[in-house]
Amino acid sequence: MTVQSAPLVDIRQLEKRFDLSGSFLEQLQFRNGRFTRHQEYVHAINGVDLQVHRGEALCVVGESGCGKSTVARTIMGLLTPSGGEVHYDGERIDQLNGREVLPYRRKMQMIFQNPYASLNPRMTIQQTLEEPVCFHHPAWSKAEVRDQVQDVMQSVGIDPDWGVRYAHEFSGGQRQRISIARALAVDPEFIVADEPISALDVSIQAQVLNLLMDAQESRGLTYLFITHDLAVVEHFGTRVAVMYLGTVCELADTKTLFASPRHPYTQALLSAIPRLEDDRPNHIRLHGEVSTPVNLPSGCVFHERCPYANERCKQEVPRLIGSDTGGQVACHAVQEGRL
Amino acid sequence: MALLEVNNLDVRFAVRGGDLQALQSISFSLDKGERLGLVGESGAGKSVAAFSILKLIAQPGYIAGGEVLFEGRNLSAMSERELRQIRGNRIAMIFQDPMMTLNPVLTVGTQMVEALKAHRRISTRAARDIALKKLQKVSIPSPDKRLDQYPHELSGGMRQRVIIAIALLLDPDIIIADEPTTALDVTIQAEIMALLLALCEQDNVALMLITHDLGLVSQVTQRMLVMYSGRIIEQGPTKEIINDAQHPYTQGLINALPQMGEPGRRLYQIPGSMPSLSRIPPGCPFHPRCPFVTDECRQTMPEYVQSGNVDVACYEVSKLIEQENRAPEVTP
Amino acid sequence: MTTATVSRWDRFRESFLWYSFKRDKIAIVSFVVFVAIVLAGVFAPLFAPADPYDLAQINIMNSELPPVWMAGGDAQFPLGTDAQGRDLLSTILYGTRVSLLIGFGAVLMQGALGILFGLLAGYLGGRVDAVLMRIADVQLSFSTLMVAIIVGAVFKASFGNLMFGEIAIYMLIVIIGIAEWPQIARTVRASVLAEKKKEYVDAAKVMGFGTNRIMFRHILPNTLSPIFVISTVQIANAIISEAALSFLGLGMPETQPSLGSLIKSGFDYIQSGSWWITLIPGLVLVVLVLVINLLGDWLRDMMNPRLYKG
Repeated sequence: MTVQSAPLVDIRQLEKRFDLSGSFLEQLQFRNGRFTRHQEYVHAINGVDLQVHRGEALCVVGESGCGKSTVARTIMGLLTPSGGEVHYDGERIDQLNGREVLPYRRKMQMIFQNPYASLNPRMTIQQTLEEPVCFHHPAWSKAEVRDQVQDVMQSVGIDPDWGVRYAHEFSGGQRQRISIARALAVDPEFIVADEPISALDVSIQAQVLNLLMDAQESRGLTYLFITHDLAVVEHFGTRVAVMYLGTVCELADTKTLFASPRHPYTQALLSAIPRLEDDRPNHIRLHGEVSTPVNLPSGCVFHERCPYANERCKQEVPRLIGSDTGGQVACHAVQEGRL
Repeated sequence: MALLEVNNLDVRFAVRGGDLQALQSISFSLDKGERLGLVGESGAGKSVAAFSILKLIAQPGYIAGGEVLFEGRNLSAMSERELRQIRGNRIAMIFQDPMMTLNPVLTVGTQMVEALKAHRRISTRAARDIALKKLQKVSIPSPDKRLDQYPHELSGGMRQRVIIAIALLLDPDIIIADEPTTALDVTIQAEIMALLLALCEQDNVALMLITHDLGLVSQVTQRMLVMYSGRIIEQGPTKEIINDAQHPYTQGLINALPQMGEPGRRLYQIPGSMPSLSRIPPGCPFHPRCPFVTDECRQTMPEYVQSGNVDVACYEVSKLIEQENRAPEVTP
Repeated sequence: MTTATVSRWDRFRESFLWYSFKRDKIAIVSFVVFVAIVLAGVFAPLFAPADPYDLAQINIMNSELPPVWMAGGDAQFPLGTDAQGRDLLSTILYGTRVSLLIGFGAVLMQGALGILFGLLAGYLGGRVDAVLMRIADVQLSFSTLMVAIIVGAVFKASFGNLMFGEIAIYMLIVIIGIAEWPQIARTVRASVLAEKKKEYVDAAKVMGFGTNRIMFRHILPNTLSPIFVISTVQIANAIISEAALSFLGLGMPETQPSLGSLIKSGFDYIQSGSWWITLIPGLVLVVLVLVINLLGDWLRDMMNPRLYKG
């Protein structure tokens, strides 16, 4: 893999705010004898830069509310960014209109978390899989569409004879296979997988992970893999981005990150995974809990919980800078050599 | 005598088209201060087992056979009144969803005081003092403030701490924790589990931890049960099972974990999925997914055999043990 | 093709709906009565001994004859006759037909408007939602009858009595349809709001499908069960509204009586002892509305996921 080649997906200074304050009338507040307009935002992502290279699996890890799903949904165009740009293969795609964006819909696909909600309960599996193929290849004959659907069903390990059944007749693992088949049916090159295995049982998780890895190998796919489970990342990811409160705090090759995590949050996260060889919990204690993305802390977003925080961390936002291990870290303590 | 003893517990669900066997001949025991893990995938019957112990199993489920002995007294023969003396008081439960325990319209303090007064003759003031002490014990920041807060004002981790404080309120002998940290983030989960473990050790409280997370079981418990389709297929000391699982299902479960695989390679996978209760196959329920399946497995459920300190229900394992026992005779 | 239909029939026979229907005596009785009334209405020309629309068959000398089981009854008129000498049984059968037609027609109209506006409001949200739902609120704040009375009076005045008789049935369908669409629109909107958050809708968006395709092909089929439930109740409501309007003289003319106008026409004679002209059609109306409501209740219980799970 040549890292120098242009990235397939490039997001620059991506920002996404959600307005909490409702309509204009609801924003008005009467205070101290005056009407004022009061607006509140959830700052889901605040200036994220990420490049996904062809053929890799970039994992984005973080706890709930860190903005990892928002990144995924913004890239896929399910959300419009409040700031920043999304580029695919050199073209900016976040401002395209309905017709211009269609070719990218075929190249970029998404797999969702909840296998029980991601399939339309009123459609048979055959209909679910045929619809996207027909839609993107209007010139194809019925037989061609059917062949394509059969191929893709076989490749994910679903018996094509099951096509007449409805989603509720399948188990969670089988539904997730069908979801994957739907994404693969239009022959994409890039797949965003948003927590694709976290709703599944342990023995089924391995099946789905294997399936995703097989598909990557046989089709040359590129993944953006969103998860909260670091153990999966260690197994699956080429590179890892660790997110906290809407910012990337560390980005490195998987091996590097697991061998020598630099950011204090990454270290805490790694220590918190319960491992089979452990005899008792031996995590790094963080004080407090994750702040809300409504009132972001000043300076480094992690400083309130960080054992190494000093005055500078409270004031100045750290930038993602290359570290000695080859990764990138956003931490004053690491950059100053305090850690 | 064990603190809690479950003997041949059978639980069924009455549904149209006959009964479904949710638990079949479950037997295990829990000693004072012991920490026991109940492991299995969703639908294996872990939660049903926990609820059945306290006779909290909801319609259409019912206990079809077997007994549950708490300090030698048969819980299944007790009246609802006697049971209430034990539930919450001697055996406390922690659920996955804190809102199952917390009433959203009452303050934390009110709920704790009420729970205390239901079981003890005690003044409100004294009850409040105990509540405060328990909240301090679970290291909640500013506990006196929390007493007057409503559950929705607390964060997820804080709520789970309150739940633990409520569970500890009456100084129980057993805490049954049903997936207590599944809904929480990893870092919070680690904190909560460490807290629960410390409190149990401190007061010599027995813990029954129900989870699907083998790592958690390994960290916290001393003994574990592995459940599959309503049956216990393997039980014994946690370390022994984790390091050298005997049953093919347990082996598969452990080997399927991403941390056991080599990065970038395919993971070990168990084919298929666990059958639903209405489609449990005859014989060993695992046989359609098992690599060692024989005709015997398809017909009858294997008896438990002992391998080391571990009880396993598997024909393949019993064959291996037999061979080992015979081995010295063959080579003189 | 046949295999598909067979499997669908099997699917239905194995379904929870069929299972609970078989167990519920009230539902079975209601269903049988409802089907009987509908069949009697639809095939009224076959069952009815006389044609009440045919003036040649009517003899004014036969007016106000009591039912057969009473003194003075005539075997030719099993339920007696009305003030104009029409056979009451035939008139009720034809009247049921008119009432059912208006009931179903009005609900079809409500359904078309309600589904369209509910989908648009729920899926597009924002301004569209605000405008449509405010219109619905305004509409709901007038009672159905008031709207119908005003429109009916205007129509009657502008078309004259004779012309009005011909278009009355369509006018009633339109009036009741327009007056009640917000009920369905609100139900649809609520379930669209719940459905559009589900991931299958996101999956459809990611595929690049257009708004119309997502709304009508993906979301609409998933909102059908609440629509179905509320529609049954709305049929009963529409029949009652029609009866009320007819009773007030703003509905069907006496030459093509519905159940409501029959009740009205008999009402003047109740003092003179001819109670059957009002009471028997009244009874039919009550039974019809009751069985529809009972069926609606049963359907709601079946399709309410909260009850279903509990």
